[in-house]
Amino acid sequence: MSSAGATQHGAPLPEAPLGHDPTDDVLLQGLQFKARSQWALARRRFFRHRLAMGSLVILLLIFIAALLAPHLTSYKYDELDLANTGVGPTFAGRHFFGTDQLGRDYFTRVLYGIQTTGRVAFLVAAVSTAIGTLIGALAGYYGRWVDNLLMRFTDLILTLPALVVLLTLSALIGEGSPVKIAFILAFLFWTYLARIVRGTFLSLKEKEYVEAARALGASDRRIMFRHLLPNSLGPIIVNATLTIATAILVEAFLSFLGFGIRPPTPALGALISAGQGSMLDLWWLVTFPGITIVVICMCVNFVGDGLRDALDPTQQRASG
Amino acid sequence: MLTYIARRILLSIPVLIAMSFLVFLLVSLSGDPLASLKMNPRIKESTIREIEVRKHLDKPVIVQYGYWVKEFVTNKFGTTLLSDDPIAPDLTRVLGNTLQLVVGAEILAVLLAVGIGIYSAVKQYSVFDYTATTFSFVGFSTPVFWLALILQILVTNLYVSTGFRLFYTSGLNSATPGNFWLDRIQHLMLPMIVLSVAGIAQYSRYMRASMLEVVHSDYIRTARAKGLSERRVIMRHAFRNALIPLTTVVALDFGALFGGAIVTEFIFSLDGMGQYFINALQVRDVYPIMAWLMLTGGMIILFNLIADVAYGFLDPRVRYE
Amino acid sequence: MAEPVLSLKDLQVDFHTEDGVVHAVNGVSFDLYPGETLGVVGESGSGKSVTVMAMLGLIPQPPGRILSGEAQFGGRDILKVKDDELRTIRGREIAMIFQDPMTSLNPVFTIGFQLGEAIKVHHKEMGDDQIVERVVQLLRMVGVPNAEDRVDQYPHEFSGGMRQRAMIAMAMANDPAILIADEPTTALDVTIQAQILQVLNKAQAETNAATILITHDLGLIAEMADRVIVMYAGRVVESGDIQTVFHEPRHPYTVGLLDSLPRLEADEKWLRPIPGQPPSLINIPPGCPFHPRCFLREGREVCRTDIPPLRPAGSADQKSACHFAEELKGHRSKFADVAAEGPAS
Repeated sequence: MSSAGATQHGAPLPEAPLGHDPTDDVLLQGLQFKARSQWALARRRFFRHRLAMGSLVILLLIFIAALLAPHLTSYKYDELDLANTGVGPTFAGRHFFGTDQLGRDYFTRVLYGIQTTGRVAFLVAAVSTAIGTLIGALAGYYGRWVDNLLMRFTDLILTLPALVVLLTLSALIGEGSPVKIAFILAFLFWTYLARIVRGTFLSLKEKEYVEAARALGASDRRIMFRHLLPNSLGPIIVNATLTIATAILVEAFLSFLGFGIRPPTPALGALISAGQGSMLDLWWLVTFPGITIVVICMCVNFVGDGLRDALDPTQQRASG
Repeated sequence: MLTYIARRILLSIPVLIAMSFLVFLLVSLSGDPLASLKMNPRIKESTIREIEVRKHLDKPVIVQYGYWVKEFVTNKFGTTLLSDDPIAPDLTRVLGNTLQLVVGAEILAVLLAVGIGIYSAVKQYSVFDYTATTFSFVGFSTPVFWLALILQILVTNLYVSTGFRLFYTSGLNSATPGNFWLDRIQHLMLPMIVLSVAGIAQYSRYMRASMLEVVHSDYIRTARAKGLSERRVIMRHAFRNALIPLTTVVALDFGALFGGAIVTEFIFSLDGMGQYFINALQVRDVYPIMAWLMLTGGMIILFNLIADVAYGFLDPRVRYE
Repeated sequence: MAEPVLSLKDLQVDFHTEDGVVHAVNGVSFDLYPGETLGVVGESGSGKSVTVMAMLGLIPQPPGRILSGEAQFGGRDILKVKDDELRTIRGREIAMIFQDPMTSLNPVFTIGFQLGEAIKVHHKEMGDDQIVERVVQLLRMVGVPNAEDRVDQYPHEFSGGMRQRAMIAMAMANDPAILIADEPTTALDVTIQAQILQVLNKAQAETNAATILITHDLGLIAEMADRVIVMYAGRVVESGDIQTVFHEPRHPYTVGLLDSLPRLEADEKWLRPIPGQPPSLINIPPGCPFHPRCFLREGREVCRTDIPPLRPAGSADQKSACHFAEELKGHRSKFADVAAEGPAS
């Protein structure tokens, strides 16, 4: 695209004052991405940054509320109250999300459900990020047969029919336990990150500063963790964030079908499943846990999107 | 081109075989399919023994797999493990039902998403664009099964309060439908909407992104400089290019759709592929599970190929040798 | 002189970006006369491309905004006409050739289709056979071999030089009154550049169009242009007859530009680049935009406070936007003794 601008004159100009005119190009094309009217600009800022910040605050509030559940409600999550079965959402009766067929307070149950769901989601994100980063880093750094072996393994996981494996494994070894479910999800979720990390490591390991570090006698481990990893941190953080949202949705799906977390452990998907039988009368049993999932996932997605903007400008998520 | 297709098909055979073996192993090791029969006092010991012999359950898993391959190839997908029913007729029936559902949902999703994506890109940062973005975020964040339940509640309450039957909330047909196809559509509409929401959210973002990339390219400027109308610039020059990546994604998704929409079919009690799979999984009957897997896997591979061929068809720069 | 075919007055264009308002074009005026070639030269961000894009309604609004200006063409102000009317001008009466032939053609349509479309849109009455015939004829004219076969090929099957020929053919298609070539050879190999210039000359002769040649390449200007305008920071700083401007520049910037070029036949130890950087178009320095880099500004307050207008300086129609243009009287560039072909070596 660009040229030295001096080709007509035989020799390239030192500090040629008349180079190819990149600014003109930018003005004509690039600015269409970057530039917009004042109002659009304000909208964009709001959308990109305030939204992400606001979402983060809401998320923190939700999770703090979930952790403080014993102090926030006067009910226990499995406390039956047969005098107050099927009560609709009410402020006066302090049943904000109503009660179920057995008089259990659904607000309390949702708070405890968020605890479980949140723990599973964070665990999935942490474990899958660790696996993905490690495998990607090893494959990208060492290359050759290590790369081949690890990437073929990654491909194998990717080609497995995820749903079959997920449902079969959950049925087989999940046993309704949050930790086991989390590990099953993590086992399927790390592949995308591994490819990204591998890519960055592959391209960075040939850079001069890595060569310099190596020449100074830095160990492989030091180069990987001190020099290469920090450069992949942006995509890793963004991916971990978005994994939380996916994990929440998939866990809810599994628990709803009865393949995931099972009662008595409260989980949002299981709560919806429990409410399904009487949802036409006790609509709140289905509605509130579901809205909670939507709100949490949306906030996580917005935060992830904001992080991507801030940390990982080269990545364009087609789906988000 | 033909050699390319032939080579791709040949290459996919070992993938299918490896996949079938792994899943067979996984399901077989996941537990004794006869456990519940054994616990049932009314089932005779001899019946259980008969099944074990018929499906070679007393042999090692690798031998069982061999017998499955033989039965799969020679006997049209084989028979179920527990009741020895032929699988093919059931599979044909549920596939037909699933296709009506998922093809409808996919068409709905693609048409809406393409429209939304183009308009969002052309009016980037407009109120419409932000609204569409917000809705797609809601779409990504909404569990499909929950959306299905909420729609069921709404439609049922509408019927109860007004007596007006807009859509049905379960099954494929009424017992005595007036007009068979109208009745079928009334049954399939809600699941179709539920299924298409995620597709609209994803595809519209995709379309918007590729459209944005295209409308800022040099050749679009050239098209404008020629004096073409804005409509022709967008709908002919930009659209044709922006469609290329979306086509690939949709073709890939299409293959996966043959597996059925597990949770949607479950909630709306639709006799489709997903429901069929879940039922088989619940009784750990490896034969129908494998039949489902081979059909779905085959379709995924086929549509992968179709995606690549379509890509070459849409983008003249791509050539297959 | 004859009536100008295009007369641009006081064009101002801004772009609203996240970093601030970019003042891309700040009051540019020029006339284009029938049959002549007007060279527009300037460095990065001098606003030369934006100027012509704005006239043709090809800058996106927003972020772009045309603050003022008037462009008289064919008895109307094309900055004010409706989009529909402007479209009948674009590609028919004013045609453009862009810099990068690799990306300026749509990859999914054949060359023939894209050329045919350029004709069809302005000649709805023409039948498909006639259009194909005309397309082949055009491709032959610009020197595409086997034109009748190559119309059915896609852009990626053309080399860079062939694509630029196709772009030129497209621009010639409707016998435009004005041809605008925006860096037509910059993206091409040196050997191809010369060929493309020939084709461009031929296209000009064929259509008899007045031509605006936008480039950063003074050699190209010297070879092709009759008159030149020099742009800096969105303004015209000097204009005039090509010989006059090249031999006796009357603006310090033009002086600097010419001094920074090498001359092979002269025994030069150093090239003399202009010191400093082009100004940010968001914060253009007050007064003369060139003053931070100027060798005439020393101890002169007026350079820092007043924007110098473009006014007659030196001979004939030469104009300069420098408060002290008179001081350059008698200054002769190092190309002053070179014959008509200018500084190209």
